[in-house]
Amino acid sequence: MSTAVIPASNARSLSHTVTIYLKEAKYEFLKNLRLRVYTASVISFPLMFYVLFGLVLNSREAIGGTGVPTYLIATYGTFGVMGASLFGTAAGLAADRGLGWLQLKRASPMPPFAYFAAKVVMSMIFSGIVVALLLLLGISFGGVRLPLLQMAKLLGTLVAGSLPFSAMGLAIGYFAGPNSAPPVINLIYLPMSFCSGLWVPYMFLPKMVRQMALVLPPYHLSQLALGVVGGGRHESAATHWEVLLASTLICLGVARIGFQRDQGKLYG
Amino acid sequence: MLAELAQTAQSGKTTTVAASLEAVYKNYGEVRALRDVNFAVRSGEVVALLGPNGAGKTTAVKLLLGLMQPNSGKVRVLGGDPTNPENRMRTGTMLQIGRVPETLRVREHIDLFSSYYPKPLPVKEVLAAAGLEKFVDRKFGDLSGGQRQRVLFALAICGDPDLLLLDEPTVGLDVEARRALWDEIRNLVERGKTVLLTTHYLEEADALADRIAVINQGAIIAEGTPAQIKTQTSGKRIRCITSVGVASLRQISGVTEVKEDREAVEIHAIEAEPVVRELLARDAGLSGLEITSAGLEEAFLALTQESGRNGNHVTSSST
Repeated sequence: MSTAVIPASNARSLSHTVTIYLKEAKYEFLKNLRLRVYTASVISFPLMFYVLFGLVLNSREAIGGTGVPTYLIATYGTFGVMGASLFGTAAGLAADRGLGWLQLKRASPMPPFAYFAAKVVMSMIFSGIVVALLLLLGISFGGVRLPLLQMAKLLGTLVAGSLPFSAMGLAIGYFAGPNSAPPVINLIYLPMSFCSGLWVPYMFLPKMVRQMALVLPPYHLSQLALGVVGGGRHESAATHWEVLLASTLICLGVARIGFQRDQGKLYG
Repeated sequence: MLAELAQTAQSGKTTTVAASLEAVYKNYGEVRALRDVNFAVRSGEVVALLGPNGAGKTTAVKLLLGLMQPNSGKVRVLGGDPTNPENRMRTGTMLQIGRVPETLRVREHIDLFSSYYPKPLPVKEVLAAAGLEKFVDRKFGDLSGGQRQRVLFALAICGDPDLLLLDEPTVGLDVEARRALWDEIRNLVERGKTVLLTTHYLEEADALADRIAVINQGAIIAEGTPAQIKTQTSGKRIRCITSVGVASLRQISGVTEVKEDREAVEIHAIEAEPVVRELLARDAGLSGLEITSAGLEEAFLALTQESGRNGNHVTSSST
C-alpha cells in the first residue's frame, strides 16, 4: 500500500497567530532596545536638542503665541518619531535582507506580515517613548503646562504619525544595502527635517524652503502636532492627514516594488 | 532513479518521497545554476548533495524551501508546493547566512522560532541537542563561530520538523563539534526524520548519508550509496621517476590525471596494474615506483574535473 503524504491538520489557531505576532514584536523591541547605537541616537538626539534649544536657550520666548518649550516638543517630537521609524525599519530591513537573516525567516513558517508588523509596532513604541520623555522634560524644566487630554492627543498624533515614516523606512530598506542604509537614511532624514521646520521654526525659513516644505511629510506631521498644542499655522488638519496618507501609500508602493524585485533577484 | 521510485510505489511497497526536484532548470541571468536536475529524498533517509563550491547545492536547497522558483521543472516538498505554509511548518533549515540579530540571547532566538511551529520541541531538548546549554543567556553577538553555527542548528530543529534541509551544516566547526553534530543528525534520523544535507566534504557525506548525489556545475554527475560512489571515484596514485613525457603519460588508458612533482611524476589512475605494466613496457629505466590509494578528496576532485571536461554525467549507477 503506497501512502500519500498526509499532512496533519496544521492550520494555525487564532491565539497561536496572535502569540507569534506578539513575540515577534517583543523581540524586535528588545533587539533594538539593546542596540546602544539605536537607542542612543533615536532617544538622545531629540532630547539633547530640546534641552539645548528649548530649555537652556530661548526658554522664555514664544513663537507666534506658543511658548518655545511647548513649540519645540511638537517639532522635536516629530523629529524623534521620524528617526525612530526610519532607523527602526530601514536599517534593520536592509541588513536582514542583505545578509540572509530575512531568508531564514521566510523559509520558516513565520507569517511574513508579522515581520513587518513587528518593525512598525516597535517604531511606534519608541516614538511614544521619545514624545513622553520630551513632555516630561518640558513639564519639569520648561514650564510647559498642558491639559492631560492635550498631552494624550499629542502623543497619539505623533505615534500615529510614525506610520508614514515606517512606510518610508520600508521603502528605503528594500533598496539600500546593509552598509549604505544608515548614510542613505541620514541623507534623507536630516535635510527633510530641516526643510520642514523641525529645527529652525517654519516661519524663519527662507521662502523657497517654506514652499518645499509643503510636500514634505514631516512638515505636515509637525503642523498637526503644533495644532494640538495651539500653535502652528492653523491650517486644516484634514489636508495634513491626507498628505501623510498619500505619502504612506506611495512609500508602501515603492516598498512593494522592492519586494517584488527581491523575489526576482535575491530569491530568484 | 525517479522511474525506479515510481515502480516501487506501483509494486506496493511504501515509498514516500519527502522532497524532489524533477527536470529542474534554474538560471541567474546568464549563469545556469541548475541544469536538468532530477533527484528525490525518500522519507526517513539521509541524502547528501555533494559538490564543490558553486556547484548549485545552495540553489537546490533554496528551491526546496520555496525561496525561489525554478525556470522550469517541478519542485515538490512533502507532497506539495514548497511555498505552502503547512509544509513550512514541517520543515526546518540551516542556511549559510551572514547575519543573525546579535543583541538577542540564544534562548530568545529559540523561543521566537519555536513559536512559529505547531508542536515545537521543549527548549531544554533543543539546547541539549545543539550543545548550547551553557550559552542559553548569552547574546548571539558574544558567541564564537562554532557556537553560532550550533544556534542555527537549534533553529532548524526547534520546531520538531519532519524534513530537515541543512546547507553546509558543519562549515566552520572544529572536529569535535562536527562529530557532535553528526551524532545529533543520526539521532534525528533514528527518530524518523528525513534529512537532506549539502556539503563539499566527501567524508561527511560518507559518514551520514544513505545516498549521495554528486553535483557539479549545475548537473548531477553521479549518484549512489557511499560505497558505490567510493568505488566509482577511488583510484590509485602512482609515483615514479620516468623519462616518459607528461603528454604521453596522459594518453595511457586508465590515467585520469598526471602531475609533476620535482623530478618525479604523480599519476592518478583508476587501476594501477595496467598503467604500471604500460609504464614498465615503455620505460625500462623507470625508478622510484610507489603505488598508494588515492585519497577520497582527490578522487572526488578527479570526478568533478572529469565531468567538467566532458560536461556529461560521468557514470550512471543504480540506486
